[in-house]
Amino acid sequence: MKYADEFRDPVKARGVLAQIEEAIDEIGATADAPVYIMEVCGGHTHAIFRYGLDKLVPEGLEFIHGPGCPVCVLPMARVDECVELAERSDVIFTTFGDAMRVPGTRKSLLQAKADGADVRMVYSPLDALEIARRNPNKEVVFFALGFETTTPSSALCIQQASQEDLSNFSVFCNHITVPPPIKALLDDPHMKLDGFVGPGHVSMVIGIEPYQFIARDYGKPIVVAGFEPLDLLQSVLMVLEQIRSGRAEVENQYSRVVPDDGNPVSIAACENVYEPREKFEWRGLGEIDHSGLKIREEYKRFDAESKFRIGYGKASRIVPEPEGCSCSDVMTGKIKPPQCAQFGKGCTPEMPLGALMVSTEGACAAYYHYGGARPELEPAQ
Amino acid sequence: MCLGIPGQIRSISDYERKLALVEVSGVNREINIACIMPEDGDADSLIDTWTLVHVGFAMSRIDEKEAALTLELLTELGEVQAEIDAMRAAESAMEQAT
Amino acid sequence: MNQIPLTPKLRDARVTLAHGGGGKAMRDLIEAVFTSQFEPDGNEDQARLEVPEVLLSGGQLAFTTDSYVIHPIEFPGGDIGKIAVCGTVNDLVVGGAHPLWLSASFILEEGTEIALLQRVVGSMCEAAADAGVRIVTGDTKVVERGSADKIFITTSGVGAIPSDTHLAAANVSPGDVAIVNGVLGDHGAAILTARGDLALSSDIKSDCQPLQRLMEAVKKAAPGIRCARDATRGGLASALNEIADASGVSITIDESVLPLRKEVKGVCEILGLDPLYLANEGTLVLFVPPEQADDAVAAMRDTPEGKGAVVIGTAGSGIPGRVDMTTVFGGSRIVDMLVGEQLPRIC
Repeated sequence: MKYADEFRDPVKARGVLAQIEEAIDEIGATADAPVYIMEVCGGHTHAIFRYGLDKLVPEGLEFIHGPGCPVCVLPMARVDECVELAERSDVIFTTFGDAMRVPGTRKSLLQAKADGADVRMVYSPLDALEIARRNPNKEVVFFALGFETTTPSSALCIQQASQEDLSNFSVFCNHITVPPPIKALLDDPHMKLDGFVGPGHVSMVIGIEPYQFIARDYGKPIVVAGFEPLDLLQSVLMVLEQIRSGRAEVENQYSRVVPDDGNPVSIAACENVYEPREKFEWRGLGEIDHSGLKIREEYKRFDAESKFRIGYGKASRIVPEPEGCSCSDVMTGKIKPPQCAQFGKGCTPEMPLGALMVSTEGACAAYYHYGGARPELEPAQ
Repeated sequence: MCLGIPGQIRSISDYERKLALVEVSGVNREINIACIMPEDGDADSLIDTWTLVHVGFAMSRIDEKEAALTLELLTELGEVQAEIDAMRAAESAMEQAT
Repeated sequence: MNQIPLTPKLRDARVTLAHGGGGKAMRDLIEAVFTSQFEPDGNEDQARLEVPEVLLSGGQLAFTTDSYVIHPIEFPGGDIGKIAVCGTVNDLVVGGAHPLWLSASFILEEGTEIALLQRVVGSMCEAAADAGVRIVTGDTKVVERGSADKIFITTSGVGAIPSDTHLAAANVSPGDVAIVNGVLGDHGAAILTARGDLALSSDIKSDCQPLQRLMEAVKKAAPGIRCARDATRGGLASALNEIADASGVSITIDESVLPLRKEVKGVCEILGLDPLYLANEGTLVLFVPPEQADDAVAAMRDTPEGKGAVVIGTAGSGIPGRVDMTTVFGGSRIVDMLVGEQLPRIC
């Protein structure tokens, strides 16, 4: 596969890995005092474990797995609202696949489907639009989640629906943005972070300017990275080289896909359709200012929150995290997944307790699934 | 965040709605090309170009020059390392011989 | 294949509750669609079969059962009937058995097109002939619209394991070599694309095929063969995990040698799926002693079902039950059991 396979070449990896080792040596990092690099994005977490990069890099480098998994940070209360909508007999509830497994307080969307709700998995919001056109007698709701990568697609669909004057299509908007949680993490005095590997596909939409505050105000390097293993290694090397030479800049390793200024059509569509919410709840992180998006007044008739009187701020219940869940500690890098008391015991992919075990991108699920950290599999001491 | 995969645009399927057929390793899917439409609106000029596909949308043109540059850099890193490795192997061979 | 054309009355008709009622309508349907194609020996309520020599001289009877509820009923590369026969035959042959006889019971949804039913039965006959088995007995029931998804098929299969054949998942020892007979994931990918809701189109066909020829060839060339498992639900990963668990060995496979069609890779990349977990209906993994591996692969490649045979890994004495994979990139990851169903992701 062009533009993918070449960046998975293990021969080229050797050179990069050797340079990474050299850089770690020169910085003086060791297993006891490592360099902490956060990969923000769930897709990067997934790639790291899927290709075994965590075992390839030297011990003086530790990856801190960031909160960039929109499925993982979805609050249970939002899932409950999805389920309620789906259970209405006049509604066809459309959603991305990975959101279907997130447990709500009563059930997940997958369980709701088994119980008879019309829940349909779609690959694209375009498919949800098509379902709306073909089912004029039903209300079709699209569950829009995801960071800035996915926001333009739902925005463009809302604009399309508006042009076609569809009366039975609405979007339940749960889009979130990347810069605010990064800032929240950087403001946390307990965070140990030396640099960032930045989200490549978010950046192809928003460009690299929005990350300037990380370098300018917090003095940390950030390199926007692609998703193939060579991209990740090269980006790690670039972060280390900045640390070694005492620099803190925003760099773009993924230049074949990410334009420095982002994508004008995407940005314009998002600004036309969405506006920031004052606050938004992130599972495991609490409320973060200006980190969520809602649909603007002009597109009210496509706003499921307006149509069905649900949504953030309207729900009266506060859903607490299950007891024993340490997701927030993992997300802020205080502990690694296997150090959570519930990991592999009370919390497994089959029966997830917390957000990070639910989606395959979640750090805990990635460790469990790819990393082999399994209490019962470790040889007896 | 985001599962995106490079694909090649094969044909335009709907000029008004800005839809095209993209191929990823022999698999085809209709996608929206609004984000990568050139300023002159000539959708046909996109045929045979490569784009990053995410949830049914072409999100960004793949810059073939930049891709080549990135690969070149990576190759160089590998070549430099191969030289270093070769030097080290030669040194240790010499040490063993003496 | 002797498919007698349906009478105009049946050809354009649909299954009704009357067809399951036991009366003339049912007899007509059975005669036209089932008996004419399956050609049972007699007219009794049971098939009467001669016990083969193999069993009389110390062999074992192998007996398996399965239900098939696949949707869509027809898909590129096959249909529910073909899968029912091949799946059952393969469940027998991976245990080292010569497959002999199958039963086939049908639950039909009211409203199903009879022409569809005839095609499915026709596929079963073709597959049975290819596999060298006979479908000797069966049953038909009709349920109300909505109570079944057009056609459900339940099969049982009987085979004979020679007295000198002892295949078992618990037989594998460290050093034994793992071999697959061809490309992985075609069936799972074909079904995903055939379902239509993901709007992907490709040339991928199900790999559905019977594997008795293949197994006979391997048993001859590598008589020390330890075990074989077909990689159906849960894919290759599940089959390997089961074997590792049963034998108490670790297994390591090499991602760079896993045979995958480029279109299947494409589907997996687009949807974020792992091909190790995609279902196969004509692909198995088997373990042989290391000194017999080359002969096993050569013998497999000589059969139509084994042209793509390749060694993919070995059993080891690491953590028992653990399966891991060296990635194309040189790193390593474990290959876990599948949890729930693999769902396409956006992240």
